[in-house]
Amino acid sequence: MTLKLGVPSKGRLMEKTFDWFAGHGVNIRRTGSDREYAGAVDGIEGVDLVLLSAGEIPRELVAGRIHLGVTGSDLVQERIADWENRVAALEPMGFGEADLVIAVPRCWVDVDTLDDLDAAAAAFRAAHGHRLRIATKYHRLVREFLREAGVADYQLVDSQGATEGTVKNLTAEAIADITSTGDTLRANHLKILSDGLIHRSQATLFKSRTADWDDAARASFRALSRRLGLDS
Amino acid sequence: MASKAEVLAQAERLHAFFRNAGAQPVQAAVLQPAETLLDLYGEDIRARAYVTSDAIRGEQMLRPDFTVPVVQMHMESGADPARYTYLGEVFRRQERDPGRPSEYIQVGYELFGGDSPVEADAEVFALFSEMLSPLGLRAATGDIGLLLAAIGGLSTTEKRKAALRRHVWRPRRFRALLDRFAGRTPLPEARKRLLAALKGQGAEALLEAGGPEIGLRSRADVAARLRTLAEDAAEPPLSATEAELLDDILLIRETCANALAHLRDVAVDLPAITPALDRMEARMDALAGQGIDVDLLDFEASYGRTTMEYYDGFVFGFYAEGRPDLPPVATGGRYDALTRILGQGRAVPAVGGVVRPELVLTLTAEAAR
Repeated sequence: MTLKLGVPSKGRLMEKTFDWFAGHGVNIRRTGSDREYAGAVDGIEGVDLVLLSAGEIPRELVAGRIHLGVTGSDLVQERIADWENRVAALEPMGFGEADLVIAVPRCWVDVDTLDDLDAAAAAFRAAHGHRLRIATKYHRLVREFLREAGVADYQLVDSQGATEGTVKNLTAEAIADITSTGDTLRANHLKILSDGLIHRSQATLFKSRTADWDDAARASFRALSRRLGLDS
Repeated sequence: MASKAEVLAQAERLHAFFRNAGAQPVQAAVLQPAETLLDLYGEDIRARAYVTSDAIRGEQMLRPDFTVPVVQMHMESGADPARYTYLGEVFRRQERDPGRPSEYIQVGYELFGGDSPVEADAEVFALFSEMLSPLGLRAATGDIGLLLAAIGGLSTTEKRKAALRRHVWRPRRFRALLDRFAGRTPLPEARKRLLAALKGQGAEALLEAGGPEIGLRSRADVAARLRTLAEDAAEPPLSATEAELLDDILLIRETCANALAHLRDVAVDLPAITPALDRMEARMDALAGQGIDVDLLDFEASYGRTTMEYYDGFVFGFYAEGRPDLPPVATGGRYDALTRILGQGRAVPAVGGVVRPELVLTLTAEAAR
């Protein structure tokens, strides 16, 4: 069967992905009109380009509907349980870099570490009658990180956007979100905990372990990896 | 692999065993309000229980165990003493190990009230021991109450003791706290700077420099914690002797009789654990009275610290030694504190346990081979 390569379908992530492949000697491009989500891979036999939302690529990799996919490592680790056994990270691509961090109001001058966050959460629960709320869309990564660190008396509240604003809007006391420069955090009077880095994410080329890797798909993969220099 | 019908038949036999021991059969809803469980167990339970929701009742959980609903039922209308048994599915979300079942049958026995907690502990343990005796399992016991008593006996501030007590069930954080209170690990640099600034400039100046107040955690909350930090910094470290005594207790892993002798030695330097040891000795007598050979029974001081259950006293588990791949066949313990939290001020001594019939079946089949 043809090897299916899933790439982000729009925006900077798509452009950077195309640039990265071009820089590695593989020309991939969209075909048809601007609005049509179709694409092609030039010069390598048996490879189909599949344009997808970056957020759906983890799911498609696990389902085995694509053999290879480009998406953020944060999305793969958040959305795929036991991800190491279901996909392989072939190559970090050096763009789309962002850190998933825990941030708290800058006015919490007593809180610098997870240890402080835990103590503050205990006191907060006793004083306010509910667990300290942390707004995030990365539930699994944040929960696992806090469990490892032994932080208790917090609760995660879902925030799918404008997460930095939740503290000011009184829907959360702290946040866990993606940041690249920290500017938005600072503008919202938040600071990152010194040991609050949960995951350093970047766009990564992933390989599905569950897709149907028949001889044709393997042959195309070998040709593609040689061209991309993945063997070295 | 046993069929569901076979597992249910086995479950029914275990349920009958508990009914014959005088337990009243009770039921619990599969859907439990998520809020109660989250408040008890914290966010970690989301990784282990299925959460669902509807527009009217909000978040619900597929029951991860029966303990909470049975306690609630008892607290609303309970006789004293009361013995209950139940049989049904529990649901456990699996995120790591695809081999573990996400749904399995549990049969349980819970004992509320009574005149003597140690007699109740012994009754429940002996019941499980008798029920499982054909399988030749290894029993492990422990006592979270002993650990709580040891913490209570440390010569340090109530705040430090509360912090240690709060993390008894999170061994790694507990260790970090103990090492810091004992001065075995240095204060983080940022904390040192904060304390110096607090001393030099005062809390007001620090709070001013922190910028605008945002969020529900108020400036008063922050100021209160700054005071706590300053007070704690002024406290002498926990004595090396006491920290070592606690280390020593946590590592105890021998037969009940040897463990007790060892702990009596520790009590010379940490007399606060003596009442807990008297209870342990009385429990051993009660267990012996129930026909348990306490000379062979294992005691592990750290047993029960990593389970999510809310055990705060005697704890036990039954394991198939030849099958380390299997989870424990039965587990249980005392959970007085849970009844206090769910009873809104009222509390009842409570001890109980659960058994997994499909493991009983598997091991019975193996023993027959």
